[in-house]
Amino acid sequence: MNSVRFRLFIILVAATSLVWLSAFVWVQQSTRGKVERVLDARLAEAGQMVSSLLSDQRIDLNTIAVAATGAAKTDGILETDYSHKLSCQIWSLNGALVGSSGSAPQGKLTDRDTGFSTNVIDGEKWRVYSVVNEALGMRIMVGDSYKVRDRLVEDVTRGLALPALLVLPIMAVLILVSVQRGLAPLERLASALSQRPAEDLSPVSVAPLPREIKPMGDALNGLFSRVTVMRDREKSFTSFAAHELKTPLAAIKTQAQVAAMAPDKDTRLRALDQIQHGVGRADRMVRQLLALASLDSDDALDESKGQVAKIIQAVASDLARTAAEKQVAIGFTDHSEAVMRTHAVLLSVAVRNVVENAIHASPVGASVDISLTNESGRCHISVHDMGPGIPAEEIPRISARFYRGKGAKEGGSGLGLSIVAAALERLGGDISFQRHPEGGETVTLMIPVG
Amino acid sequence: MRILIVEDDETLADGLSVGLRLSGLTPELVTTVADAREALAHGGYSAIVLDIMLPDGTGLELLSELRSQGDNTPALLLSALDQTQDRVAGLDLGADDYLGKPFDLAEVSARLRAIVRRAEGRAESFIRWNGLAVDPARMTGHKDNCTIEFSPREFTILRALLERPGAILSKTVLEDRLYGWQDGVESNAVEVHIHKLRVKLGAGFIQTVRGAGYRLAGAGQ
Repeated sequence: MNSVRFRLFIILVAATSLVWLSAFVWVQQSTRGKVERVLDARLAEAGQMVSSLLSDQRIDLNTIAVAATGAAKTDGILETDYSHKLSCQIWSLNGALVGSSGSAPQGKLTDRDTGFSTNVIDGEKWRVYSVVNEALGMRIMVGDSYKVRDRLVEDVTRGLALPALLVLPIMAVLILVSVQRGLAPLERLASALSQRPAEDLSPVSVAPLPREIKPMGDALNGLFSRVTVMRDREKSFTSFAAHELKTPLAAIKTQAQVAAMAPDKDTRLRALDQIQHGVGRADRMVRQLLALASLDSDDALDESKGQVAKIIQAVASDLARTAAEKQVAIGFTDHSEAVMRTHAVLLSVAVRNVVENAIHASPVGASVDISLTNESGRCHISVHDMGPGIPAEEIPRISARFYRGKGAKEGGSGLGLSIVAAALERLGGDISFQRHPEGGETVTLMIPVG
Repeated sequence: MRILIVEDDETLADGLSVGLRLSGLTPELVTTVADAREALAHGGYSAIVLDIMLPDGTGLELLSELRSQGDNTPALLLSALDQTQDRVAGLDLGADDYLGKPFDLAEVSARLRAIVRRAEGRAESFIRWNGLAVDPARMTGHKDNCTIEFSPREFTILRALLERPGAILSKTVLEDRLYGWQDGVESNAVEVHIHKLRVKLGAGFIQTVRGAGYRLAGAGQ
C-alpha cells in the first residue's frame, strides 16, 4: 500500500516492538545471571553452615541435613516450589553416605571435592556446592534443582512479558493516532488542492503549514503564480491577436461587398485591388503572429547557426520585392573582419522585422542601408532609413505588442518590434535607436556571436 | 446624410466610405482622434462611425468627450472587441449602437439609418414630405401609389434636401455631398441630378431659389 500513513505506522510499530523485544531479552538474561549468583551464594552459605554445625558436634547428622534444607521452608516467606529443592548430603571422606535430607536424591550429588558444580542426577539437573570438613573427615554437599532457578527466571520474565503484550496494542493505537494527527496538515493541503476547480490558480492558503510541508506549499503557490502569468499573457495575446486579425478581415469583407454592389467597372476594380491589398496585410499579420507565438513558446526552435553576413544577405534579398513595390533600394555593406556565427532563425526574424519597418517608414525612392560591424564578441547590425524617425517619447513604448506609432501610415500590425524584442531576448542581444537630425533613423542590433 | 467615419485602417475605411456612399449616404473619412475632433467641431454630421482602437487614442475617449460637451450626434461603434462587456462599456459611454468586426456593409448602413431616425425622433423608417414617402433603406420613393427608383447620386441629393425640408441648400453644399465619387463631380452634376429628380417627382417638387440654391417646395404647392 503506497500510503505515508501506512508506512509510518508499520515502521513505528516494528521499531517499538523491536525495542520491547530487546529489552525483554536483556532483562531475561540479566535476571538469570542475578538469580544464579544469589542462589549460588545461598548454597555456599548453607554448606558452610552445615559444616560449622557439624563441627560443634551437638547435633546428629540427619537432623542437620534436614535443618539445613528446611531453613528456607521455615523462613515462611516462600511456600512455593522454590523451597523444596534445597538438598543436603553428608559423605565421609572415604566415600560412605553419612546422612542426607529427605529431599535429596538417591545418587551422589557431586563428584567434585569442593566448590560449585552442575550435575545431572536421576535425570534432574542440580547445582551443588560441596565443602570438606577436614576435622571431621566429612564432605558436605548442598544442592538445589535447576527447576527452581528456571522457574524463578521464567516468572520474572513472564511478569515482564505480560504487560508488554497488553501494552503493545495500546501502543499501536497511540501510534496510529499520532501518525494521523502528524499528517493532518498534509491531508488538509491535499484536500484543499483536490477540491479546487481546475481553473482556480489562486495560491493555496491552508492555515499555517508546518515547516516540513511549507516548501511544498510555497513551491505550489510559486507554480500557480507562474502559470497565472503565463495564462494571462496568452489570454491577452490571443485577444489582441483576434482583435488585430479582425480588422483586416472586416476590411476585406467590406471591400468584397463594395465590389458586389459596385455600379460601375472602375469602382469594382478598385475594390478588388483593395481586397488584394487587405489580404496581403492580413497575411503579414498572420506571419508575424506565428513568429511571435513560436518565439514566446519554449519549444525548441531550429538551433542551427549561420553566418551573420549571409543571413542578412538572405533577408535583404527576401525583402527586395517588398522594397521594390515602394521603389526603395536595400543596400548591405559588410565591415566585419571575421566570420561571425549565431542562431540563424532568431537573427533572421529580428533583422527581417527591423528592415521591414525601415522599408515601410521610407519615403518612395529612398534607400535602406544595412551595415555589419564586429566589436568584442558582438556583431552590430545597423539599419538606416530615410523615414521620419521615431519620436523620442515613443521609444519606450514601441516594443510593446500591437503598439503602432502615431506616424504609422500603413496599418501595420504593431508587432514588428515586439518580435524583434522577443528574438533579441533569446539571442541575448540589445537594440538601440538613433534619430538623425537631418532625418532618418538608425536601428542597431547588438548580438553576441560565436 | 453626412456621416463621419473615424477609422485608421486604410482598406477598411475606404471600403466603408465607398460602400456607404453606394447606400446613399455621404461619408467623410478621418483616421485619427485629433482629425475627428476637428471635423466634429465644424458640425453638421448626422452620425459618426467610430472605431475603438485609433493611433492616437480610443474611440471611447472621443465619444465620452463629445457626450460631456453635450454633442449628441448619434454614434455607431465599430470594434473587434465584441465581447458583451465591451459592448456594454461602449453603450454606457453614450454610443447609440455597436457592431463587431467583421460586419456587413448593409448592416452598417441599416443601423446608421436607425440611429439617425431615432435621433430625429421619427418612429418609422419612411421619410414623408408633400405626398412622397421615401424609404432610405431601399433608396426608393412612393408617390400616388407608384414606386420611384433613385440612383445613389439622386438619392444623396434628395436625402440632403429632406433633412430640413424648406431650408435652402446651396449648389456647393450639394456638390459636397456628391464629392468622393470616383468619377469626380462634373461642374453641372447637381443640375443634372436635380433635373432627373424633377422628372421623377414632378417639376414643382424641388424649387430653385435664384442665386441661393435649391429647396423642397412647401406642403400643398
